[in-house]
Amino acid sequence: MLVTDQERLKSDIGKWLERYGRDRSALIPVLQEIQKKYSRISEYGMQVVADQLGIHPVEVYSVVSFYSFLDHKPKGKFVIRLCRTISCDMQGKARVAQQLKSDLGIDFGETTRDGKFTLEWANCLGMCDQGPAMLVNDVVYTRVTPAMVHDILEACRKTFGVYALESKHEEGHA
Amino acid sequence: MITPNHKAPLTFASIELDAGLKAALAKPRSDLIAEVTASQLKGRGGAGFPTGVKWNLAAAAQADVKFVICNADEGEPGTFKDRVILTDHADLVFEGMTIGGYAIGSNTGILYLRGEYTYLRPHLDAVLAARRQKGLLGKNVAGKQGFDFDIEIRMGSGAYVCGEETALIESLEGCRGEPRNRPPFPVDTGFNNKPSIVNNVETFAWVTCILVKGSAWFKAIGTQRSTGLKIMSVSGDCAQPGIYEFPLGITIAKMLEAVGGVGAKAVQIGGASGQCIPASEFNRTIAYEDVSTGGAIIVFGPHRDMLAVARNFLEFFVEESCGQCTPCRDGNPKLLEGVELLEQGRCSMRYLNELASLGETMQVASKCGLGQSSPNAFLSIIKNFKGEVMGRTQGETH
Repeated sequence: MLVTDQERLKSDIGKWLERYGRDRSALIPVLQEIQKKYSRISEYGMQVVADQLGIHPVEVYSVVSFYSFLDHKPKGKFVIRLCRTISCDMQGKARVAQQLKSDLGIDFGETTRDGKFTLEWANCLGMCDQGPAMLVNDVVYTRVTPAMVHDILEACRKTFGVYALESKHEEGHA
Repeated sequence: MITPNHKAPLTFASIELDAGLKAALAKPRSDLIAEVTASQLKGRGGAGFPTGVKWNLAAAAQADVKFVICNADEGEPGTFKDRVILTDHADLVFEGMTIGGYAIGSNTGILYLRGEYTYLRPHLDAVLAARRQKGLLGKNVAGKQGFDFDIEIRMGSGAYVCGEETALIESLEGCRGEPRNRPPFPVDTGFNNKPSIVNNVETFAWVTCILVKGSAWFKAIGTQRSTGLKIMSVSGDCAQPGIYEFPLGITIAKMLEAVGGVGAKAVQIGGASGQCIPASEFNRTIAYEDVSTGGAIIVFGPHRDMLAVARNFLEFFVEESCGQCTPCRDGNPKLLEGVELLEQGRCSMRYLNELASLGETMQVASKCGLGQSSPNAFLSIIKNFKGEVMGRTQGETH
């Protein structure tokens, strides 16, 4: 990590701690912000957060490693999470999974070499009546068929600016 | 992209907005809690704890700060009713939380929304902003002098176990979502060690309805021990999957007729942690005293392989076990290995009985409700579908 990157991360963390309050219950919201902006929570980032909250970095690591939406390894700009739970399973998630693997050239749990896509399983997305369902970052797709996979991935690839989906989300906030 | 899929209008749609809140604020606190208690509303997340009793305990607790927490960490496989309620009837939920705040003497509400539902966040923020604008949140709520209440939203991060109320509180406090020992209960030492009520999304919405239509209306529906209506999330092999509203006490057979699932060989009630009911028991009822559920109904058609179903649920629990206590952390992988043996046709009856006994140990010895219920699906499948799961030849699926 470049020193300039470290400084930027540190100043972001300071800003988020101001927003969420400097106590332990701010930890997860701050980690979620880091994950969203940087696609990972680096060891350096964990140390800064720990230092600011007055807790041991191992405590922060224990939290990061517990939650499946937080990760210290870099994730792709688009995290695809396909629901593998029973209702989506019965509606054909295996074929969608196969097509995702073929189109992306990676297996579940991996990230493409260009750093654009991470493919993961998710447990029940709450779309059981409209499966198979998958999340692409925060956007949910329902009744996905193997034939739709290519178009969904292309829509991601075509978006200029790597935080396209997130920035859409932020607009909704404002 | 997201179609709510209502099969019939829900009662929620007929409730006049803010009428429940106004009725609640017009009552003294004790009368309000008495009204909720009289309805005999039980927790709609699945655990079935009487809401009025919970509120009474929290109201009686002495503390300067108390919290009203809405559990929107809907993660049980097969459940999606809270997503629909939050999409279409968020006002009723926030109203119910505000009523809860008035009842127990709290001025902070927290909605814990699962990370998978992040796309609902802008909508919910907008609903909250509109309520603040109308004076239904903030200082002197709805003109009630001295009652201040506001609601913030906190996001989950993809952990099923955080749907357990003490794990949810741990998560709010910035820790791993590991359930606590109970007692003490959250009504004494909840979020930040302050008295807190944790209720399901649907429970809060029903509270609002009860305040509008009266506890007698609610109590007249359902059975003696399971009053009122329940929102069900129906999926699987049926003609019309979606959201349904049924009175508690309905038989499984009747429910299947309504959803177009007649001819099913089994129904999973209560999601991965629930029970698998075979066709021979379809005369049983959905009620806290018979087959209890948080609202997940998954229909299995005649062609489904029940062993594959058991495998799917166990894979789920192996991944989602928080790892804190041994029975759940080590028991589930052991049961999953058993399913693999069954698939290969290499599981003796003696060993299957050992696995059943392990499952029963997990039910007794796991620390939290989720761990205790994790072997339920496996146990009910090996009990009810013994002929189907045993003696398989290589590569055979049923």
